[in-house]
Amino acid sequence: MKIHIPTPLRSYTGGKETVEVAGATVAATLDQLATDFPELRNHLFTGEGKLRSFVNVYFNDDDVRYLPSKEETAVSDGDELTIIPSIAGGSVCFAGFCCCL
Amino acid sequence: MIHISDEDFIALRAHGEETYPHECCGVLLGKSEASGNRVHLIVRAGNTRTDSAHNRYNIAPQELVRIQRQARGLGFDIVGFYHSHPDHPAQWSQTDFAEAHWFGCSYLITSVEQGRAITTNSFLLTGTSEETKTFQNEQVIVGAPAAPAMAAHKGEA
Repeated sequence: MKIHIPTPLRSYTGGKETVEVAGATVAATLDQLATDFPELRNHLFTGEGKLRSFVNVYFNDDDVRYLPSKEETAVSDGDELTIIPSIAGGSVCFAGFCCCL
Repeated sequence: MIHISDEDFIALRAHGEETYPHECCGVLLGKSEASGNRVHLIVRAGNTRTDSAHNRYNIAPQELVRIQRQARGLGFDIVGFYHSHPDHPAQWSQTDFAEAHWFGCSYLITSVEQGRAITTNSFLLTGTSEETKTFQNEQVIVGAPAAPAMAAHKGEA
C-alpha cells in the first residue's frame, strides 16, 4: 500500500513523497516502513514502540486513533496511509515559563 | 531565508488582523531550495483551539491531510506554517517550540497589536530529532526574487 511521507521525514526515504510498503495491518505496515527506512523509526515511535503523540496517521480519510481496531485495522493494497505530524503552538507561556527571545 | 511574494505576505498578515483578538494559522506551500524555502501559495486553516484562541492555535490533522493532498496535486510541498500572536511579540514561545515537529520548515509569526499587524518574523526548525531541535532566525525575503524592485525585510514588515 502507499504511504505518504511528510516533508520533514522525506530525508529518510530518499526524498520520496510516497513509498510502497506491504503489511496486513496499519501497525504491521508502519513497522515494515521503519524496517525499510530504519532512520524513520525514532521519528515515528517511542522507545517503547508506541507511535509518538505528535505523529498522526491517517488510514485513507480516517484518523487511526479513532478507528474501532486502531492500529490493528486490516489494510489492503488499494488503501493509503498518510503520516502527518501535528502543528500547534501559540503565544501562551509553557509550563509557567515565558521565554520569548 | 524564506522567500514569499508581496501578495502572500500581505495576505497572511491580514489574516492575523481579521482573526484578532484570536490567533490565526495557515500553511505555506512551495518548494525547498538551496537558498531556502520558497512559498508559492498560502492556505488559511482553522484554529481548533476555540477554548483559548487568543493565545493558542492548532490545525486539525484532517485539515492538514487535505492541505498536503492539495500541495501534492499542485506539485508543491508543505514548507512552513504561519500564525499570529495577538498583543504579543513576533517571537516563538516555549509552546511554539514544544509543538514544532516539522524539521526544515519555516514558522512565520506575526505580532498583531490592537488589531493591526506589526512585525512578522520567521524561524526555521533545524535539527534532526526532538532532542536536538532548535529554532533559527531566518530572513524573510518579500517579493519575487527576479524582480528588480524586490524588497528584503529583515524579519519585519
